[in-house]
Amino acid sequence: MFDTALTTADLIFLAKGAGMTILVTAISVAIGTALGIAFGVIRVQFGAALTAPLTFVLDIFRSVPLLIQLVLANAFLGMVLKLQLSGFFVACMVLSLYTSAYCAEIVRGGIDAVPATTRRAARSLGMSWGQDMRYIVMPLATRVALPSWIGLALGVMKDSALVYVVQVTELLKSTQILITRLQEPLFLLMIGGAFYFLISFPLARFGGYLEKRWSND
Amino acid sequence: MFGYTFQWNQALARLPKMLDGAVVTMEVAVLSMLIGIAFAILLTLLRLSGSRPLRAIATGWVEIARNTPALFQIYMAHFGVASFGIHFSPFVSLLIGITFNNAGYLAENFRGALKAIPDTQTRAGRSLGMSQLQAFRYIILPQMLRISFLPMTNQMVWAVLMTSLGVTVGMNSDLYGVTQDLNALTFRTFELFAIAGVIFYIITKAITLSARLIAARLFRY
Repeated sequence: MFDTALTTADLIFLAKGAGMTILVTAISVAIGTALGIAFGVIRVQFGAALTAPLTFVLDIFRSVPLLIQLVLANAFLGMVLKLQLSGFFVACMVLSLYTSAYCAEIVRGGIDAVPATTRRAARSLGMSWGQDMRYIVMPLATRVALPSWIGLALGVMKDSALVYVVQVTELLKSTQILITRLQEPLFLLMIGGAFYFLISFPLARFGGYLEKRWSND
Repeated sequence: MFGYTFQWNQALARLPKMLDGAVVTMEVAVLSMLIGIAFAILLTLLRLSGSRPLRAIATGWVEIARNTPALFQIYMAHFGVASFGIHFSPFVSLLIGITFNNAGYLAENFRGALKAIPDTQTRAGRSLGMSQLQAFRYIILPQMLRISFLPMTNQMVWAVLMTSLGVTVGMNSDLYGVTQDLNALTFRTFELFAIAGVIFYIITKAITLSARLIAARLFRY
């Protein structure tokens, strides 16, 4: 078990895969969060009835396997619209929308957690809607939403392992490629798994800590 | 439009095969949930136990399940254990992978639910002459399952979505696997996967709706 055919070049190959995982995650979480905040605010602001179509579309992203979303987006953009897009672009696009669907729920929960009386007090002090959002809702909602958001970001990182279907070689795919060549599945999978674990575990702990620290009781 | 001819008929003709796949998907999801809940209860007990090594094993399980991709866990159950000369069929590997994942997440949910149940209840049970296990079985467990009913339905939905990963270990009888095989035959990628997506959507909606109905019936006070 301690003899391995793994070379430095292979390790660099794995590191590139890890870099791709982080890159895809970072882009998707950044865009997805921005969209998610917008969707969340829209949903709260315009009420359930008016935003039912938006809710429905976002719900689809949470009810259909990510693998199918990626294949569908790839087939639609590539075969139907005949656009020449890289797998990387498709992966980031789908993952961003996927993230935004979950983020919208988190944002909505955060805004709902701000007491209506507090917001009315702000408005009756003469604050505009924007000021109320900026100075009252945002700080209070962030406390509720941030721990879940950290969980979401980590979830997206783990789900980014699926972008291999659109020909993006991220960490798990590069592990898989090395396994096919070196035939040392256990050892290689442990390296790949350890990478995810080492990023995810401390951040998840930090999220749990924030949740405990910021809870109202 | 688009210069692409949609051929829904070709794809729809394969609907019966895909529905057969959906049944297998449901089988895997339900089995993984049932076994997963059993393991999650076991993990919860281990985490409550006084023995340090047992607690470490349970915590290790939960943290690995929660902090690595489900795909990694399925790979481990298929290619990883193959290093020890154990070869599972894709169905079994997928089932083990999802069950491992379910058990980890559910155990964490159960731990949260336990916090909501006052310690005094266990002590009351104990002073009525129940053993530690009886107090857990008759007093804590029913409340714990009730409190975590909603997270459990969420996990069930996740389990259904996770079955699509079975294709990576060669599973071809579940909904995603069947769709992939049909795609190789007919090359109607968009149409086939759109139908598969709709079936997945209907399954998840059916789960959340029926869970809501069950909850309304079971949890009336």
